[in-house]
Amino acid sequence: MSELPEQGQRVGTLETDNSKTVEGVLPEGWEMVIGLEVHVELATTTKLFCGCANNFGDEPNTNICPTCLGLPGSLPVPNKQAIEFAMTLGRALNCTVLPSIFARKNYFYPDMPKDFQTTQFEEPTNAEGFVQLPNGRSVGIERAHIEEDTGKSTHLGGGGRIHDATATLVDYNRAGVPLVEIVSHPVMHDAETARAYVAELRDILLATGVSDARMEEGSMRVDANVSVRPIGNDELRTRCEVKNINSLRSLGRAINYEARRHVDLWTNGEEPKQETRHWDEDGGRSTSGRSKEDADDYRYFACPDLPPLTPTAEDIAAIDAALPALPAARRSALAAAAGVEIADTTLTVERGLDMLVIGAIQAGADATVAMKHADQNLSDGQGQLTLESFAALVVMEVDGLLSSTQVKTVLGELVANGGAPGDIASSMGFEAMDTTELASLLDGIIATSPDEWARFLEGDRKVQGHFVGQIMKATQGKADGKVVNQLMTQRANQG
Amino acid sequence: MSGEISRDEVAHVASLARLRLDDNELDTFTEQLCVVLETAANLNSLDLSDVPPMAQPYPLTNVMRPDVLVPSLDRDEVLAQAPDVEDSRFRVPPSLGEAP
Amino acid sequence: MSGAQELAASIRSGVQSAVAVADASFGAINERDDEIHAFLHLTKQRAQIQAQAVDDAVANGNDPGPLAGVPIAIKDNMCTRGEPTTCSSKILEGWRPPYDATVIGRLEAAGAVIVGKTNLDEFAMGSSTENSAFGPTRNPHDTTRVPGGSSGGSAAAVAADFVPLSLGSDTGGSIRQPAALCGVVGVKPTYGAVSRYGLIAFASSLDQIGPFAQNVTDAALCFDVISGHDPMDATSIPNPLTPTLPTVNDGVAGMRIGLVDELMGEGIDDDVIARTNQAAEALTAAGATVERVSIPATIYGLAAYYLIAPAEASSNLARFDGVRYGQRVEGQNVAAMNVATRSAGFGDEVKRRIMLGTYALSSGYYDAYYGKAQRVRTLIANEFATAYESFDLLLSPTSPSTAFEIGAKSDPMALYMCDVCTIPSNLAGHPAMSVPFGVGDDGLPVGVQILAPMLEEARMFKAAKALEDAAKGMS
Repeated sequence: MSELPEQGQRVGTLETDNSKTVEGVLPEGWEMVIGLEVHVELATTTKLFCGCANNFGDEPNTNICPTCLGLPGSLPVPNKQAIEFAMTLGRALNCTVLPSIFARKNYFYPDMPKDFQTTQFEEPTNAEGFVQLPNGRSVGIERAHIEEDTGKSTHLGGGGRIHDATATLVDYNRAGVPLVEIVSHPVMHDAETARAYVAELRDILLATGVSDARMEEGSMRVDANVSVRPIGNDELRTRCEVKNINSLRSLGRAINYEARRHVDLWTNGEEPKQETRHWDEDGGRSTSGRSKEDADDYRYFACPDLPPLTPTAEDIAAIDAALPALPAARRSALAAAAGVEIADTTLTVERGLDMLVIGAIQAGADATVAMKHADQNLSDGQGQLTLESFAALVVMEVDGLLSSTQVKTVLGELVANGGAPGDIASSMGFEAMDTTELASLLDGIIATSPDEWARFLEGDRKVQGHFVGQIMKATQGKADGKVVNQLMTQRANQG
Repeated sequence: MSGEISRDEVAHVASLARLRLDDNELDTFTEQLCVVLETAANLNSLDLSDVPPMAQPYPLTNVMRPDVLVPSLDRDEVLAQAPDVEDSRFRVPPSLGEAP
Repeated sequence: MSGAQELAASIRSGVQSAVAVADASFGAINERDDEIHAFLHLTKQRAQIQAQAVDDAVANGNDPGPLAGVPIAIKDNMCTRGEPTTCSSKILEGWRPPYDATVIGRLEAAGAVIVGKTNLDEFAMGSSTENSAFGPTRNPHDTTRVPGGSSGGSAAAVAADFVPLSLGSDTGGSIRQPAALCGVVGVKPTYGAVSRYGLIAFASSLDQIGPFAQNVTDAALCFDVISGHDPMDATSIPNPLTPTLPTVNDGVAGMRIGLVDELMGEGIDDDVIARTNQAAEALTAAGATVERVSIPATIYGLAAYYLIAPAEASSNLARFDGVRYGQRVEGQNVAAMNVATRSAGFGDEVKRRIMLGTYALSSGYYDAYYGKAQRVRTLIANEFATAYESFDLLLSPTSPSTAFEIGAKSDPMALYMCDVCTIPSNLAGHPAMSVPFGVGDDGLPVGVQILAPMLEEARMFKAAKALEDAAKGMS
């Protein structure tokens, strides 16, 4: 936590960055205002209020009991692990963990077995936090509250589309699965930031282990609240909530589409209706999602079946102590250790290679070279590669003991099977070429390529490749290109 | 009637509660609800600004269960009680729109 | 039929068989329940199996438990696996729950034999058991009169001597008022003392399950069996409870008892007030000090209750939507199906309360109604707490009148007034019980109510027993 800004430094609003925002999406003079509601399923063994399995993909209606089926007489009892996961997530999002109560949100829907959803309303578990994006900016979080998931509806007929369906089939396996709903402030102004925010949330969820965060399986679901306004205006205009966004790509498309639709409406002197809309990925458009007659009056009240949650300072301290290093802190640490910009650390941290690189640097490896390998040659992670062997390999490379081609080969072997880089290099015959031997080879090539050599002497550095290539061919790639370059320069200076 | 609740409000409340009332029922219920709400208006004479609300009579907090699997119900026994079933799922007429 | 304690003793010692006792209970029901209509459904097969198991246990030298072979009737709003559980509502007609309520498991583990499910006002909303989709229950003392409600079937079953024990549920007086009207003992325990798991909720923050019995000792015995922590109910009190049976005969010598002023005046019939004063005298004679005490907030109880209970009910009863269980009336789309099902499935009183509660919670009215009512709850609890600084127990009438004629109270508000003495205990979460104490001018039973502080059931039962003894001396 120490690497992160203190709570007081929280950035509640994201500054508008027009240069990156609206180009090609909105007409000049308009900006979008985006707030995201991200639902994440917690990776518990059982559901939020009962002991049924929290499993994706099981046979329909096999994980059901009186409680999650809302049978008359059943009662909820909160899952301790779910509550702890929610608080862990809250702290990872820099939220204040507060005493909280469960409320009932009353509305009828067949996938909701009790016809109310147990959620948190006025007193959520986590309030006011922020997520720091790789570009250094922050997105303010209003709340991250605990609630139960609904069952899953399958619409028959009408090609699966809700409006044309002839019947709906309901599976309650998912009903009662624990969710945290993370509600951002409406502070994002372009789809790219929204995507970066969701990507960062996903990394945080994976780092803390509270969710498997799979958008395609629905364990992480994003609803976008989108509105637009003239640039320079602080007002929040009528927003629409776009649902059914199943990938980061969809998120960007849906936001851009919806914002554009709003601008068109405003420009025509019309006003968007506040409503829930359904994103149609195939059609590339959003459609009105819910009939108007279902006026939203959820009649929230404290659930009389569930006593309040009142975490103590000790509980919260224990959660903090158990928090793993989070992506933002890891990026900062890596940037500091490698002497690079935070933005250049994203890939390495995403791949989980930051500790390897920092360790190698501390063990004497060149930071730039170590970062280069993390970016270019370790896309599948470190495998069997240890910090020590990585550091040793980088040192060998910088000392010119191995060519960069050889380093790549050795690195591949270390990732696949582990071992010591020196031993692997020897066993592969990658002994560094003797400089004298290289010098005499070079002399031979100069003799057969007088024109090229003349151009080199005149300062045409482009022909350098010709000599390096010839030497590589002669040595079957064992020569170190850098050493060849040095020899050529020496030779030229000698006249 | 002092009109604590109007006929239109009763109709609105009935629709929120997914109940259909015919005209006679609307009249009767409006009248009856007005009487009850007039009694409730007795509470208006009380100054309760310093009195906290009580949601539950016995003050418990942090009641939780361990994250341990408990056997689920037998699917056939549950589905046997359902009005309509298809493909091991509960079948209902089509929905008008998306959940909120 | 003898009392529960006596029956259990004779069955445990092999003097009588549980099977024979169950048969006797079914015989009595068969003989007179056509007239009374206490039962909606008899659980003969389940009773047979359980009674046989009790007899086998006795034969094998095992202890079948403190309620060995005792027939018991269950209000039909508690889930019994595989047996109809209707809440006296058409909407649940034909439903057989796939699970047992916690109290059912506790009773059977203690050897009790469940003989059937009793009638109630639909979803426990009412004070006369006239609001049952399956017809009213009649008072065994005078079958032209109501047994009270909502647990009228359970009260009548005990009063008619079909069973020595039954269970009811009490949200605003639904155990105590029918107990008073039927001349039996009825107990509303401390909120959280008895698990609500499997009790079909009316108003979750007020509902409690409790026993009816023919005498105070049996009520204590049954309370001790059904009470105690249940991990399936998050509002269940985790602390171990003091058993009540061992001290039931300890008497009231030295106890300070307060007679609640506000429940001894307007709206209460004179004969009921007279019996309550006699009860106070009897307690004094037994060694207690009885004084008048004023608890002004109790007069606001009724108004607060008729906002809180409907509000919670409106949410609790949403799930009866025709999707997963119970009756369905088809419709063009799912919303139309919900509307058709609920409109056909619920009776008028249930609809009335659902609408009242929906309104009380709806946007713009929450603070004025539900929020305010919750503050009144605190006020009542605070005033009770102050009273209990000076008194060990409180005393009042249970019901404003004795049993009234079936059909006499057609106006909802007149029926709501039946609960005026019993509601404050539900709002505060405190235990209270009704004990028969003489008869009114019409010769029908009168009950007096003993109110106790949170978790002081043992003390409450001592006073109840003292009153019961005094009442025996009177007749």
